[in-house]
Amino acid sequence: MSIISLNEPDKELLLMGNEAMARGALEAGVSVAAAYPGTPSSEIIASLAEAAEDMGIYVEWSVNEKVALEVAAAASFSGLRAICAMKQNGLNVASDFLLNLNLIGTQAGLLLVVCDDPSSHSSSNEQDSRLFSKMADLPLLEPATFQEAKEMVKWAFTLSESIENVCMMRGVTRISHARGNVILGELPRRKARPYFNKEKQRVTHPVNQKHPLLHESLDRLREIFNGSPFNQYAGPEKAELIIMTCGSGWLYAQEAVELTGLDDMVGILKIGTTWPLPEKLILEYLKRTEKVLFVEEVDPFLEGNVKELAADFMRQIGPKTFFGKKSHHIPFFGEMNSDRVVDALTQIFDMEYTFATPAYEASAKKAEMMVPNRVLGFCPGCPHRASLWSIKSALELDDREGFVTGDIGCYALARNTAGYELSKTSGAMGTGTGLASGFGKLSRFGFSQPIISLCGDSTFFHAALPALTNAHFNNSNFIMVILDNSATAMTGFQPHPGVGINAMGETVLPVEIEGVCQALEAKVEVTDPFDLEGTRQKLLDMLEGPGGAKVLIMRRKCALLRLKEEKPPYRMHIDAELCLGKDCGCNRFCTRTFKCPGLIVDQETGKAKIDEVICVGCGLCAEICPTGAIVREETA
Amino acid sequence: MNEVKDPYNLIITGVGGQGNVLSSQLIGQTLVNKGFFVTIGETYGASQRGGAVMSHIRISKKKQQSPLIPRNKSDVVVALEPVESLRVLAAYGNPEVVVLVNTRPIYPVDVTAEKEIYPKMEDIKKALDELSGQVYYIDATEKAMQMGSPILSNMIMIGALLELELIPLSTANFIETLAARFDQKGLEVNVSALEEGRKAIQLAGHG
Repeated sequence: MSIISLNEPDKELLLMGNEAMARGALEAGVSVAAAYPGTPSSEIIASLAEAAEDMGIYVEWSVNEKVALEVAAAASFSGLRAICAMKQNGLNVASDFLLNLNLIGTQAGLLLVVCDDPSSHSSSNEQDSRLFSKMADLPLLEPATFQEAKEMVKWAFTLSESIENVCMMRGVTRISHARGNVILGELPRRKARPYFNKEKQRVTHPVNQKHPLLHESLDRLREIFNGSPFNQYAGPEKAELIIMTCGSGWLYAQEAVELTGLDDMVGILKIGTTWPLPEKLILEYLKRTEKVLFVEEVDPFLEGNVKELAADFMRQIGPKTFFGKKSHHIPFFGEMNSDRVVDALTQIFDMEYTFATPAYEASAKKAEMMVPNRVLGFCPGCPHRASLWSIKSALELDDREGFVTGDIGCYALARNTAGYELSKTSGAMGTGTGLASGFGKLSRFGFSQPIISLCGDSTFFHAALPALTNAHFNNSNFIMVILDNSATAMTGFQPHPGVGINAMGETVLPVEIEGVCQALEAKVEVTDPFDLEGTRQKLLDMLEGPGGAKVLIMRRKCALLRLKEEKPPYRMHIDAELCLGKDCGCNRFCTRTFKCPGLIVDQETGKAKIDEVICVGCGLCAEICPTGAIVREETA
Repeated sequence: MNEVKDPYNLIITGVGGQGNVLSSQLIGQTLVNKGFFVTIGETYGASQRGGAVMSHIRISKKKQQSPLIPRNKSDVVVALEPVESLRVLAAYGNPEVVVLVNTRPIYPVDVTAEKEIYPKMEDIKKALDELSGQVYYIDATEKAMQMGSPILSNMIMIGALLELELIPLSTANFIETLAARFDQKGLEVNVSALEEGRKAIQLAGHG
């Protein structure tokens, strides 16, 4: 039984924001859910997948976000409520369809949840997805608490149906990936029966009629939003300053007002419906104050839109002073917290606020200096370490200044010391292969550096396949290394088309990556990355071989998945006689160069040591020690 | 149980893979069952990959708190790894904070690669004394290994925390949550780890 399908109305649970959204979808009677995984959005669809059987719904991990939105739209067109979720980068992929779907319109409620990652904790950027709602003329909701995340999702389906169009919702890391109290509501029993009405064509044309309709629906939404309980004010009747905030900013703003003791002077207007703005409501509060501070994550979206509104109604509301990102009272980048709001308030009110005494601050600074950096690395036993090790040695032996074009996934760490800083480029999903396809065509201008592109197994299906096709079509010359660890490991082991199981738990015929590549007539080889010598030799042969896009699949299951299924194959130890410590000519090859976190240096003897808390017994390091001091014993 | 400050701010910190996220979730769920508002802000996007992990657990009778503790406002810090306690205190510490430290280091790769230095335990202790009201040192990993698995160190640390009666939660309440989560065998192991922690805190030196 999954936690989100618990049929106990009024029960209070501690739920992750994403789980709360998933529960909201179930309470709204959602039938179809589709997504491509991406932090911090993955748990919305993952928890619906867990509930799928109990709730009789259909859930899928689609190959990419655009397809996910198309799958959800098909359900909506057929009269079934549907939810589609993605991270901010994913919306860029899906946007091509979204900016047509808004003109096409929908039938049953269709909710698109986009989870942004301010401070880019687990992302390649910190883009603010809200701009898409304005661009697409679609309504946007921003939950500020966990309970609200659930309630808003529920409401979003009704809203979507009332305008016959997509409703967007923006989550952020500190809502989606944080946890809080959620009181459960009723779960509906009956599901709609799908039917596609052939009388109505689902197309964008005639655009000149449909585009104005979108703007009419924005007018209707403004009216609805003026009365929405998700927009609320708390504070003095006449405020010295009003904080206008949305999403995660609301809780931070409240806390900052409490910390600074400004409750009598500062009010907080929380906007849950951030596009289109509830204009009447906002104007009413603009009349009540002369100063406004905007608190929101990433771009000045609310800030800009409210200022635009204020400009239109300047005569009625009078002059205002606005504080926020534009005035540099709130930083332009990074996630929000109460300290940032405290800083802004103390600056505006020119007041003193001490976080800690100077003596404490000095001790804290000193302690901070002592703390070593913890750079992210590959897990112990990770096949990527072995794969990258072979790529590194092959490129060094080849000696033509070859380099690696990286991609998105765990192996993005190939840009760090953990991956020997091999990746020299990284961008969107599939970019490694796309760039390689471009570099591989530069030889006519005298370019002679070999190119190795990286791509994960899930990324292959998501976005790298068109790039490989392009390379074949244009006869580009490079090696595409597919790091096949049998999972979308970075985001929580969601299955993909190569795995042979789908989100519903059904066994399906796996799409064989090598088969797909062969169909493109690419030269394909498969290797086990733990076979260091064999893998390096294959790479060297490919580097020397004739042109064209060549594919080397480095296949070994993710160590975390493997550990769930089987016992460690080896027990590792160091033969103290054979390890020469820092006197060895190896220059501490194992810890300084190879860098598995399971290998440490014994401070007393100066020799290598296995950290038995970390080591998972994969046995790979035994092959890299030049004196053979790292010993593996087979476990029974 | 003492009168609890509201909101009460607990931080559990450690390195990815130490069971930090599960621990905070179990504590949080138990507190929700007892009628508290709980907000947990977690940093774990890349946590499986040896990164520093920190969970902010905010407990209130009044209302839902924000997911991040304001600067210098933690009340108790449970560190599953020694230097992580310093990383947290540098930002969230204050002269009253109570700290529980697992004494077993997990070395960052930059340390094993000899690009950075892991501070000596005595220096860590000195810094902790300056940054806290009270510190308890617990050899949780060693005890966990004796019990069969290093992953149990988080339960040992929680056992120690509960014994101190700082958060409004009894060991019995917590065991109820564990019972709903684990099978009989898993429950027994975890309960004995809690018991190890309870015993350890009575012996733990503090300054």
